[in-house]
Parts: sequence; C-alpha cells; structure tokens
Amino acid sequence: MTYFADVAALARKDILLELRSRDTLPAMLLFVVSALVVFHFSLPSDASAAASTGLLWIALLFTALLGLGRAFAAEREQRVLDGLVLAPCDRSAIWLAKCLGVLVFLGVAEAVALPAYALFFEPVGWELVAAVVLADLGLAAVGTLLAAMAAASRARELLLPLLFLPLVIPVVVGGVGATVVDDPARYLGFLALYDLIFAILSWASFEYVVAE
Amino acid sequence: MSLRNNRAVVLAAAASVLLVAGLALALFWAPEDADQGFSQRIFYVHVPIALTAYACFGWGAWKALRLLWTREPRYDLESYTAVHMGVIFGILTLVTGSIWAKISWGVWWTWSERQLTLFLVLFLFYCAYFMLRFSVEPGPRRANLSAVYALFGVALIPVSFLAIRLAENFIHPVVFTRDGPQMSGSMFVVFCVCLAAMLGLFASLYTNELAGKRLDARLRELREALE
Repeated sequence: MTYFADVAALARKDILLELRSRDTLPAMLLFVVSALVVFHFSLPSDASAAASTGLLWIALLFTALLGLGRAFAAEREQRVLDGLVLAPCDRSAIWLAKCLGVLVFLGVAEAVALPAYALFFEPVGWELVAAVVLADLGLAAVGTLLAAMAAASRARELLLPLLFLPLVIPVVVGGVGATVVDDPARYLGFLALYDLIFAILSWASFEYVVAE
Repeated sequence: MSLRNNRAVVLAAAASVLLVAGLALALFWAPEDADQGFSQRIFYVHVPIALTAYACFGWGAWKALRLLWTREPRYDLESYTAVHMGVIFGILTLVTGSIWAKISWGVWWTWSERQLTLFLVLFLFYCAYFMLRFSVEPGPRRANLSAVYALFGVALIPVSFLAIRLAENFIHPVVFTRDGPQMSGSMFVVFCVCLAAMLGLFASLYTNELAGKRLDARLRELREALE
C-alpha cells in the first residue's frame, strides 16, 4: 500500500503547489475560452454542428498541451526530479501522481470548457462527456510521459507538441467519432482501448525516461 | 573486420541482384492487370517498400526493447539506424503511393487510402523521433528516451490503423472501393521476389549505415581522448 501512499503524497504536492502559485490552471481556463471565441469567428455562419465539435476537440487538445508544457516546470527549475528519482519509491509512482495532477487540471478546464461550448455552440450530450472523460485519461497518460521526455531535452516547449500530436491522433478520431455518429459505443470502446494500451506502456516505461 | 566487410558485400550483391530481377519480372513477366493495366505494376514496388518500412520500425523497436532490457549501449545505435532506414522507406512509400493515386484516381493525395494516411501519421511520429534525439545530450539518457519513443511507435501502428479505419465512417463515405489484390500465382511470385529484394536492400543499407555510424562514434571517442 505504500505505493498508493507515495502516489497520493506526490499528487497532493502537485495540486497544493498549483493552488498556492496558480501558475497553470488559470492560463488553461483562459486559453480554452479564448480558443472557443476565436473558433466562433473562424467558422462560417452556416457551418455544421459537426464542424464545431471538431474545433472543440482541437481546443481541448491544445489546452491539454498547455498544461502538459508546465507539468514538469517546477521539477526542472528547482531540480526536484533528481530528488524524486533518488527517493526510495517506485519511479512509476511519480508518473501516476503527475498523471493524476494533470487529470485534475484537465477536468477543471473542461468543467469550464464544456458549459462554455454549450453556451456558444451546440448542446452537450452524454456521449461527448463520456468521450471527453475517456480521452482525458489517454491524454494525461501519454502526455505526462512525453512531457517528462521533453523536459529532459534542450528544446522543451518546442518538442512537446511534436511528440504529442502524432500520438494523440487516435484520441481525436475516437472523440470526434463518438460525438458525430449515431452509435458512439464503438468509438468509446476504442478510446478505452487506447487508454489501456498507452497507460500500461507509459507506466512501464516511465522509469527509463527519468533514470539514467 | 574482414568477415563483417564480406557480409556487407554479399548483402549488397544479393540485394542488387534481387532488385534487378524483381524489377525485370515486374515489368516484363508479370501479367497485365485486367483493371488497371500497366500502371498496376507500381504495386510491385510500392507494397514491398511499405512492408519493409514496417519491418524497419519493428526491428528498431525490438532493438529498443533489447536496450532497455540489457542496458547494452550498442543497441541504441542499432535501433536508431533501423528507425532511420524506416523513415527513408516511409518517405518512399508516400511518394510511390502518391504516384499510384495520381495515376489511378487522378489526385496526388487521397485520405481514403488507409495505408497512405497511416504512413503520413508514422512519418510525423518518427520525424519527432529525430527531433527528440537531436535535442538531448548523447549518453544513456538519450538512448533510453529514444528507445521508449521507438517502442511507442510499434504500439501506435496498429492503434492508428484502427483509428483510420474508424475515421472513414464519419469523415467521408468510401469513394474508392478497391478489392484486395487478387493475385494470380505468377503475380504472387513476382511480389515475393520484390519483397525479398526490398528486405535485402534494407539489410544491406542497415549494415553499411551501422558500420558508418559505429566508425563515427569511435572516431569521436578517440578525438575526445586526444583532447
């Protein structure tokens, strides 16, 4: 059980840090709402509901990217990661905790984004909410690992989107598919499959990303 | 050293013989396709190149797995070389696929061709592999990061393929329905020769490139030792 205690302590640290410094979350909220407003002006007035759904997914993706870019900022600037790696806990606990933190931030951002989307564009159905929840799991899992990779490189902010976008194309397919077709079960199932595969892979390989 | 040189020479010779034979068979011996005519013969180049690209990525991921497993540094260079070759074969797949699309459908690019779309995704993914590699200091850290990323690649291939199939249902109706290649016996023989030729080409390029990269690394080590 110490594994989960470690995870809880690390996740608590991330959330406390954010509550005190308010570095990332306000930026994510402001970004997602601004993006939706920009999308309103970039869509022709006779655009279909499906087009606005696609844009919502782009907004969510880039909001996640914004949060992920900051995910390892404190660790890098204060050299916390070296300490964490030396700590007598399983390295994958660091990944899981970071993932939970990212998930909380994403959840809060979407708690604002989805009502804003409903207000500006189309009503939000249950399948969109389900797809967003499932997509968040995959985005957080893959994104945390890639953010750790990017943090180790010289090009950091530049590198993360390049690593992240090709890997999350399937998430976009699943998310958009679940919201525009009549029978969303297949797409939701696909998102769950993606989450499973990449969560296991990220969990297992995180150790190699942070340790030498 | 001479043994290794010999192997490189034998591989190169086998690859060239097979390539010439495969091309000659594809151009002159294989029966004309009833539906597409002469242009269908690009199939004997395009599909083997695509399969070879998958083999490269798979080989790179296997070496990456070995690196993480054994922590033997030589696997890093082997994995990198295989991915490097994979990207080259991937670009060739995109180019030949694009030519084929232009000839049979009149457009250079079509999203309804799953393999092409998949190769575009993979191309973007593995280009980011190079970006990652070149922005991390050489050393065990870089080897680990590259290996993990290469492993993600082989997981991404089937997942993306599934995603592209699923996306066809809502992005657009299937315009071009193409039955799977119903190959006659002689077509299949030519195809196999071409596939063997491409795999041989990969093996030959891989051996040479790896030898070159090893020499490069060795030279750098010696230079650093001198300074």
